[in-house]
Amino acid sequence: MSENQTCVVVGASHAGVNFAFALRKAGWQGSIKLFDADPSLPYHRPPLSKAYLTSSDAIDKNLLKAAETYQKDDIELNLGVKVGRIERTAQVLHLENGEQVAFDKLVIATGARPFIPPIEGLDSASNLYPLRTAQDVENIRQAFAHSAQKRVVIIGGGYIGLETAASLKKLGGEVTVLEREQRILARVTAPYMSDYFQRLHADNGVAVATSKNVVRIETRDGENSVQCDDGTVYPADIIIVGVGIRVNTELAVQAGIEIDNGIKVNAQAQTSDENIYAIGDCTYHYNPHYQRFIRLESVQNAVDQAKVAAASICGQEVEYDTLPWFWSDQYDVKLQMVGLSQGYTDILVRDENEPKKFSVWYFKGDELLAVDAVNNAKAYVVATKFIKSGEQIDKAKLVDASVEFKPANLLSRVQVC
Amino acid sequence: MAKIIFITSDSEKIELEATSGSVMELAVQNGVQGIDGDCGGVCSCATCHVHVAPEHFAKTGPASEIEQDMLELDDDANEYSRLCCQIEVSEQLDGVVLHVAK
Repeated sequence: MSENQTCVVVGASHAGVNFAFALRKAGWQGSIKLFDADPSLPYHRPPLSKAYLTSSDAIDKNLLKAAETYQKDDIELNLGVKVGRIERTAQVLHLENGEQVAFDKLVIATGARPFIPPIEGLDSASNLYPLRTAQDVENIRQAFAHSAQKRVVIIGGGYIGLETAASLKKLGGEVTVLEREQRILARVTAPYMSDYFQRLHADNGVAVATSKNVVRIETRDGENSVQCDDGTVYPADIIIVGVGIRVNTELAVQAGIEIDNGIKVNAQAQTSDENIYAIGDCTYHYNPHYQRFIRLESVQNAVDQAKVAAASICGQEVEYDTLPWFWSDQYDVKLQMVGLSQGYTDILVRDENEPKKFSVWYFKGDELLAVDAVNNAKAYVVATKFIKSGEQIDKAKLVDASVEFKPANLLSRVQVC
Repeated sequence: MAKIIFITSDSEKIELEATSGSVMELAVQNGVQGIDGDCGGVCSCATCHVHVAPEHFAKTGPASEIEQDMLELDDDANEYSRLCCQIEVSEQLDGVVLHVAK
C-alpha cells in the first residue's frame, strides 16, 4: 500500500533517524527522505558535553548509524539542506534552495536550539559558544586548545553546563559555573541533589556560584569579563552558554499546526494535521503515567515517539505510554534518573554506606514519582519497577541500607483498600 | 583481529571482524538488527543486550555489577547476558557467538 508513497522527515537527529529506521522495519515500502541542516552524518548528542568533549575523536566515532546502513534500508539522507516551509494543503515541502519535495506523510523532528539570553555585549564576546552540535564542540575544542590560561565561564548550572564544566576541568581548564537561581539544577532536582552536585564540583576544583545573574560581557583584546548584577566580575577566555533551549516550532507555526509549549501531538505522535507527525524534543505530548501534557528533552522520548509514529503510519494501533528516563555523567559520578519529580511532597534518601553511592526518592504522599540514582543502577532499576507497577513502598525499609535492594523486600505489607 | 558472530532474533548470522572499540559500536556500525545503543555506549539504556553462547562465556566473562543491575530491567536476561557496549573487542573474543536479545 505504501510503495508509491513518500515519507519525509525534517530533522535527522535521534528522533528523526530512529523514526526512519523504525518506519522501514514496520513495513513501509515507499521512499523515506531525511533532511537536516547539519552537514554531519547524524550523531549522538548526549556524549557531546561528556566523553566526546574530552576525547579527540572525530564525529564519525559517535554516529547514530553507519553511512551504509542508510543505503541498506533505502533511506535517503539529505544533509546540509535547510527546509524553508511546509505547504500543508499541497503536501509539499519547500527547501531553501528552491527545490520542492512532495510528501504523503511528513514527520517534524526539528528538536530545539540553545537559548541565547539577551545579555549586553554577548554578541561581541570572544570564544562564546553554546553546546548542542558537533560543530559547537569543535569550536570549543579549538578555542580551548589555543587558549593559554583556559579560564572558562559557564553561564547556566543545568546538566549541559555542569557536564561541560566537568569535561573542561578534566582537560585542564580553570572553570567557573554561574547560576542565576539560588541553587544549581533547580528546575529538575531536589535541593539535596543540588547541594550534592555543588559539593562534587567544588571537590573537583570547579567553582559554582549561585544567585549570579549575568548582565553584561565586556571584551577587550579577546579577553572577556563577565559581569553579574551583584557587581561581581569573572574574567573568561572562553564562555559557554547553557541556559536552556527554545523549541524549533517555526515550520509548524508557519504551516498552521497547533502549538502549545511545543508542537502538540496526540498519543500516536500525530499533529493537528493527520498527515503530519512530530517527534522528539519539539513535541508537547501527553504522558499517561503522569496524566498530563509534557515536553521532554531526552533520548528516551526521541526513540519512543519515533517508534510510535512509525508504527502508527504503518497502520498499527499504538499509543505512547512510557516512563521518562535520563542520565548524566560528571567526573566519576553516573546519575540515572527515572520518572518526573514535579509535584513531589517529600523525598527520602537511601544511602548505601559506600562513598558516592545513594539514591533520592521523590514521593507524592505514598506514590513514588521519580528517583535520582547516583552510581546506583540497582536503585534506578528497582525504582523503574515500582513506578511502573504503582505498588507501595515500605519507606522505613527503603531507607534502611541493611535491607537488600530488591523490589520484594521493599513492598509495603499494609495494602490500602 | 577478532571475529565476532552475531545471531539476530530473526536468526540472521552476521560475522564481523574488528581490532578495537566496543562490541556495541561494531554492531551499530554494521547495522546488526536489535543492537541500538541508544545512550552511545555508557551503560545507561540497556539496548545492546546480547546472550553469549554458553560455551563462549569465558571469552567475554560475566557482566559487571552495573550491567547486571541494568539487565534486571529486561525479563529476557539470563546468566549469559551482557550489555555489549561494555565488552571491548580483543583477540580474546575471537570466534565468540552472540545472540541478540529480543
